[in-house]
Order: sequence, then C-alpha cells, then structure tokens
Amino acid sequence: MGDRFEYVDVRVDGDDGPIVSGFSARISASGLTAVIGPSGAGKTTLVRLLNRLDDPDGGVVLLDGEDVRSYDVLALRRRVQYVGQVPVTFPGTVADNLCSPDPAALLDRVGLPASLAGREADRLSVGEAQRMCLARALALEPEVLLLDEPTSALDSASKEGVEALVVSLAADGLTVVMVSHDPRQASHLADHVLDVPGR
Amino acid sequence: MRDLSGAIGYRDVALAVALVAVGAAISRFRRLDLEQDMLVATVRSFAQLLAVGYVLAFVFDGHGWLSAVLLAVMVVVAALTAGGRAKRVPGATIVAGVALGAATMGTLGVLTVLGIVPVDARTIVPLGSMVLSNAMASASLVMTGLRDDLAGNRREVEARLSLGQTSHEASLPWHRRALRTGMLPIVDNTKVVGLVALPGAMTGMILAGAEPLEAIRLQLVVMYMILGGNAFAAVVAGELTVRRLFTADHQLVRSLRRTPQ
Repeated sequence: MGDRFEYVDVRVDGDDGPIVSGFSARISASGLTAVIGPSGAGKTTLVRLLNRLDDPDGGVVLLDGEDVRSYDVLALRRRVQYVGQVPVTFPGTVADNLCSPDPAALLDRVGLPASLAGREADRLSVGEAQRMCLARALALEPEVLLLDEPTSALDSASKEGVEALVVSLAADGLTVVMVSHDPRQASHLADHVLDVPGR
Repeated sequence: MRDLSGAIGYRDVALAVALVAVGAAISRFRRLDLEQDMLVATVRSFAQLLAVGYVLAFVFDGHGWLSAVLLAVMVVVAALTAGGRAKRVPGATIVAGVALGAATMGTLGVLTVLGIVPVDARTIVPLGSMVLSNAMASASLVMTGLRDDLAGNRREVEARLSLGQTSHEASLPWHRRALRTGMLPIVDNTKVVGLVALPGAMTGMILAGAEPLEAIRLQLVVMYMILGGNAFAAVVAGELTVRRLFTADHQLVRSLRRTPQ
C-alpha cells in the first residue's frame, strides 16, 4: 500500500509567527505512524490538518493524492476520525455516546464490558472514557484514526491497555496516526515514525 | 388638576433639579465623590432629551417619513452598544445590527399589519425605541454567552465536529443555553408585571390622564411586543453568532480556539 496522506510545503501561522513552515512529509496507509518531536514543534497542529479541524495557511495536505479541501468536509471527518488527549464524554449514557445499534460489539472491540453501555458516561474512569472515545470513533467505521497523545492522561496500567488496543486496530488494517511525546513509546509501537523538527 | 398632560413647564423641571441637589449634597457629605458625575448626568440628560424632543416634534409635525431615518439611527446606536459589549464575537456590531433591525422591523411589522397600531410616526417611533432598548440587552447576552461557552467548551465542540457533526449541531447545547439566557429576563419581567413594578408605558398614560384600563391595554401590547422583539433579536443574534464563530467548513475560528482554556 502507498501513502494515505502527504504534507506538501505546509505552513500554519500562529499568533506570533509560523507554528510550522515548509513542512513536507508522507504518512503511510498501512500500520501505525507515530508523530514525534519536541513540545511546541506543531505535532498536534499538523494532525488537526488531516481531518480539517484546521487548514494550512500555505501549502496543501493530500489524502489519497487529492487535496483534503476537495472532499466534503463532513464526509472526510467521518472517514478520518480524531480522538484527543483528554477524553470528551457527552451527556447521557455510554450507549448514547456511541450512537450505534450495537453498542455491545463496539465496547467489546475496545476491551470494555458490555455492561457499561447503560452507565452514565461521566462516571467512567479516565481510562474507560478514553476507550469509549475510541469506540465512538470506530462506530463510524473510519479508514483513518488520528490520536493526539491518547495515553498522556492515563495511569500506566490503562496506558498499556490502550497502547495494545491501538496496535491491534492498526493491525486490522486501519491507518493510525498517533502523536506521542515519548520517543520510546513511538519506537516500541509504531511501524513508521514521523519526526517533526522543532523551530 | 386632573392630569399632568401639558402641566409641566421648564420652571417645574428647574425645580425638580432640587432633587438632584439633594443627591449631590449626600454625595458630598458621605464623600462618595459622585457630584461631578451627577452634574454631567443632569446636563447630558437635559441636552439629549431636549434635542430628541425637538426632533420628535419636527417628525410628528408632518415629516412622518423621517421616522424610518430616526429608527435607523437608533438601530445603529443600539448595534454599536450591543456590539461593543460582545466585541469578542467577530463582526459583533454587524451581528447586533442585523438582529436588532430584524427585531424592530419584525415586531412593528406584525403590530401594523394586524392593525393593532396605526402606521404613524407618533406610535412607530416610541414603540420601536422600546423594542430596541430591550432587544439590545438580549442580543448582547446571547452573543457573549454563546461565544464564551463555545470557547470554554471547545474540546467538546471539536469532539462533536470530529464525529462529522455540522457547526450547528456541534454548538447546539450552548446555542440553546444562550438563547434561554437572553430571553429569561424579559420572560420573568412579563410574569411579574404590575406586581413588582408598574411599567413605563402604562404609568406614562395614567399620568397623562388616561383611564387605567385603557393604559393597561396599551401596556399589554407593549409587553408582548417587547417579548416578541427580544425573541426575534435573540434568535437572529444566536444564528449569526454561530456563523461568525465557525468557518463555512465547520471549523471553529482561530480566535476562539486559541483563547486560553
């Protein structure tokens, strides 16, 4: 398989000067790509361009060879799911959050017991909530999963569980792009590493 | 003397300044340091109302077409005020102006089309100004509330956008809350009208010699008009604020994303 995404001479401006400039790189369609680099290098900024939560101020981002801006943005975001650093739960039960006809199957896929479906989402532990967020993303059957330091808010036990889950999702054929501040986690888990140079 | 219509001369106004003098004396005595402000307020109110009085007299005296200009000026001043209060919303003055213009035209349109009030400068201008002064508060409450809520909850907003929701769907819980915040004060006022305060239009008519039941009928029309005007302004301000805080591609605008959380 080839490249899923390509950054071509991308620039993103911040309040005081560019956050990223002249950035070009490719992200493989297969396996798990870890995005690493010093803090403040713009890792999160770059990943947010992939599902168009933001657009570059210069250059283009390609998905399957086409400018991401040429796709319908809502359809693009369903294909390219994003899960942030801190799990975000919506009001209501876990099942309400998952918005799926078969919440039990989704919960099983992320290693949570089906009995959690009826629980209020804001009563989950942080680790459970992060898994639920992954399940909510998977409910839309995406082709790509973007993860922004998905384990940074977790204790070491839930961290290892989520890492194993992410690796298995990549093995199942999903393109996984994961921002990590931890080079050891990256080299341990990732099939490819994308190093974002600091300014 | 049965009523006050035509009974107040400039001499009476000058005598009433005695009450301001009492206020100023208290301020001096208690060292509140408000004498200067009171003087400015007294002079300003006199000058502003005198000028408006002459303008209204001119408009009512056969220049009724000028009421549209007068209302337009009022809308602009109200938009600048509301927009200034909600200045962190991009294009706040335009948003407020459209909302307030729609509220004024909408309510006056309904009142005149249904034949409740005549199309006459003497009714249109005062009623329009009442709609405006109330809707101004609603519009700025909706705009600031929505903006601050979306900025404060932007993780959740972006989580919703990431799931493929439109900007309207993603902002719905806070949009709804802002509309409630903008409309609740006037709904509460309407509930307790007459029990807590005798409202202005009614007291004005009674002072001018109208029968109380005649006065309350006008007051009811005014209250319902103000309620409707606030709803109009809130809905339009909310809708336009959402459009200003998201791009056409359902992204939060950068000024909102980069506010410290």
